[in-house]
Amino acid sequence: MTGRRIMTAEDIRRATIRISHEIVEKHAGTGGLALVGIQRRGVPLARRLAASIRDNEGVDIPVGALDITFYRDDLSLVAQQPIVKGTDIAFDLNGKTIVLVDDVLYTGRTIRAAMDALIDYGRPQAIRLAVLVDRGHRELPIRADHVGKNVPTSREEVVKVTLEEVDGDDAVEIERRPGLAAVGGTAA
Amino acid sequence: MSAGSERPEGAIEAPAAAPAHWAHRHLLDVDALTRPDIELVMRTADEMHDVLERPIPKVPALRGLGVTILFYEASTRTRVSFEVAAKNLSADVVNIAAASSSVSKGESLVDTVRTVEALGADMLVIRHSVSGAPYLAAEIFSGSVLNGGDGWHAHPSQALLDLYTLRSRLPGGLLEGRKVVILGDVLHSRVARSNVWTLTAMGADLWICGPSTLLRGFEAWAARGAAGRRFTVTSDAGAALQDADAVMALRIQKERMASGLLPSLREYAARYGLTNERLRAARPDAIVMHPGPMNEGVEIAADVAAGPRSMVTDQVHNGVAVRMALLYLLAGTRRTEAGA
Repeated sequence: MTGRRIMTAEDIRRATIRISHEIVEKHAGTGGLALVGIQRRGVPLARRLAASIRDNEGVDIPVGALDITFYRDDLSLVAQQPIVKGTDIAFDLNGKTIVLVDDVLYTGRTIRAAMDALIDYGRPQAIRLAVLVDRGHRELPIRADHVGKNVPTSREEVVKVTLEEVDGDDAVEIERRPGLAAVGGTAA
Repeated sequence: MSAGSERPEGAIEAPAAAPAHWAHRHLLDVDALTRPDIELVMRTADEMHDVLERPIPKVPALRGLGVTILFYEASTRTRVSFEVAAKNLSADVVNIAAASSSVSKGESLVDTVRTVEALGADMLVIRHSVSGAPYLAAEIFSGSVLNGGDGWHAHPSQALLDLYTLRSRLPGGLLEGRKVVILGDVLHSRVARSNVWTLTAMGADLWICGPSTLLRGFEAWAARGAAGRRFTVTSDAGAALQDADAVMALRIQKERMASGLLPSLREYAARYGLTNERLRAARPDAIVMHPGPMNEGVEIAADVAAGPRSMVTDQVHNGVAVRMALLYLLAGTRRTEAGA
């Protein structure tokens, strides 16, 4: 069960602050900027980034939550229908620059689904991607604009992100894939 | 968003803090559903309701799946509702309006189901005037069967959309202890039979009311009871409506009405018709529902049906969301059996 810890709570905090600076820098300000977290652990991460931007810039930028369940391309492969966790985008994203936020970037399929889902809500000016961990093994031509930590992994490993808001503590660990279990928590 | 935890001790034995994964391949009736199952349908329907609010109410969840709608009985809203629901999920929909023929029912049904399957249906929505027909279809069909109403027996998607509509209007979505009245021709009503299961499972204080000739069997059902279920049967409309939180009027099914059950429709309307005057006994915020189609002036007065308490159009709208949820959940189990 215990894996190798690759980020501590302190590492996550620093990475979040750095990414929040990068987002504002790349966008050259906060006007028309919005964050959308991908359910489930992308959502608290997006909120943390927004809080950090508020601390740095004194501006509140809109934060949304996106559930990509209906857009997954592996619905025919998973054992049971995933539980839908809910989309909550309370702002108009037409013309905005949307930064998608997720915990782990792996095959890129989640992000592909998230872009499809997002576009059903409107036409953003641009979509960018911020992730806490990029573990490689892309299966689609997708890359992140902002990365907390690049971690070389093998496909037999699982990157497990825990966040205080969801799991009670902040950490990123790598463990060997325990059979076919451990689905759901760590995003692909 | 309905809470998945916090389940009070209910009528149905629910494994504590069940992860609520859907395990049913078919939806033939609601009596096989546990309370966590019902909660999962409601929660998923909430999400589908949000999808319906979007500019383009369509998601690709069931892309590539064939849904065949096979109705042996007249229907507008249920059939169209299932069709819209399946299309909103990007399924490929085939409609078969099998006007009831003189062909011997058992055999023709089996043949038709085999044909439909050979034509590529993954899910089959079936309505039939013979109770139990969807069970027969489920025995031979390799995909999922959804009962769109069979005889007097069951109408599970209607019961679930009625529940969804009720919950949308009750504080916290809780039916616990709420007085819900089903008024009218329950004898011939599959809607009533399915609603008895879901409403009592969710803790409602359920009252069934109608002329005694149209209550046959329900007294015995209520007397047999079940632990924790509250279920009262009466012919006294006044007692039933007193302090009611919700009233569901049922259609007087003239086409199923053998002579002698009612003296006349007029007498029925006078004694049991849902009028504003009668509704004064109910709670001031009580809601009125009707599964449709309505005989206005018989079981429900026109001004009640179109009045501020009426949830009739909400029921239709919610029906699409609930059926999307059902199709979505059932599609998962179909693949579990086929794939894994």
